[in-house]
Amino acid sequence: MEISLAAEKVFHIGGFPITNSLLMTWIAIILLVVLGYFAGRKPQMIPKGIQNFFEMVVEMLLNLCDDIIGDKKVTRRYFPLVATFFLFILVSNWMGLLPGVGTIGFHEVNSHGKEVFVPLLRGGNADLNTTLALAIVSVISIQIFGIAAIGFVKYGKKFDNFSGPIEWFVGVLEIIGEVSRMISFSFRLFGNIFAGEVLLTVVAFLIPWIAPLPFYGLELFVGFVQALVFTMLTLVFIKTATADHDGHEETVSQTV
Amino acid sequence: MEKEVVQIIAAAGAIAVGAIAPSIAIGMIGSKGLEAIGRNPEAAGKVQTGMILALAFSEAIAIYALVIALIVKFV
Repeated sequence: MEISLAAEKVFHIGGFPITNSLLMTWIAIILLVVLGYFAGRKPQMIPKGIQNFFEMVVEMLLNLCDDIIGDKKVTRRYFPLVATFFLFILVSNWMGLLPGVGTIGFHEVNSHGKEVFVPLLRGGNADLNTTLALAIVSVISIQIFGIAAIGFVKYGKKFDNFSGPIEWFVGVLEIIGEVSRMISFSFRLFGNIFAGEVLLTVVAFLIPWIAPLPFYGLELFVGFVQALVFTMLTLVFIKTATADHDGHEETVSQTV
Repeated sequence: MEKEVVQIIAAAGAIAVGAIAPSIAIGMIGSKGLEAIGRNPEAAGKVQTGMILALAFSEAIAIYALVIALIVKFV
């Protein structure tokens, strides 16, 4: 039973190594694009079939975003990125549970001279590179949305505030907090999905019949919850980044 | 002691100790969340959203411990 923390390289394209997780993310993207194309091809007022299904999904996501942000017009601005996060992570996680992923592959001799089994496909988020990329995109877009919403000067005041030594220290902590968000996003998603894969491998190794079934159920649930959590956390951080504090103070001074 | 023995003990210890605090945290968050929903069923949506968020944050700590255990064992 071989478990590799890093995603194994399957082939090279002109010196750039392609790992099995990268292949899976490509397949997930192609699947989402094809489904999206067929869903929006000839939209009808009374939807049927695949358009119906996707309208259900989009409506659920819109309700989720509306609940967290609170303002329907504002949600429309952030909805594309956030919904893409949810759909991509969900499809990647669930496709990693399909039979054949992690089991179909080839043998090769690795750098230590040992012969190892290299699977052709591996869960897209079971590679720290993928989750780190998603986390970086998320954190950078939070900054961009914050600057776009309340302006560069006001947004920068959160980080370097020279009105007093304590405020300056809080600003430094905020910067550290932003970087730690990147790390926590990537490790949360990677840890959950990779640990799920290891768990399924070990259980299937110990008892191949019947026993893996509840663990597959657990992995389906975890895949959904992790996509939901990534999306919701991004939304919550966007909300706090675009929150306009000055408006609050004006109302307070007016009541006084 | 050989490297493999220390690896196994360290990996098991990391996840065992690292899962204590997050599980207590998850239990407390869940109980307070359900209590809040019971007291005020109309606010169930908002309470649920915040509860799931807090659950994700605290579970992430257990996942960090798990990742360290996996790194120690397999790298």
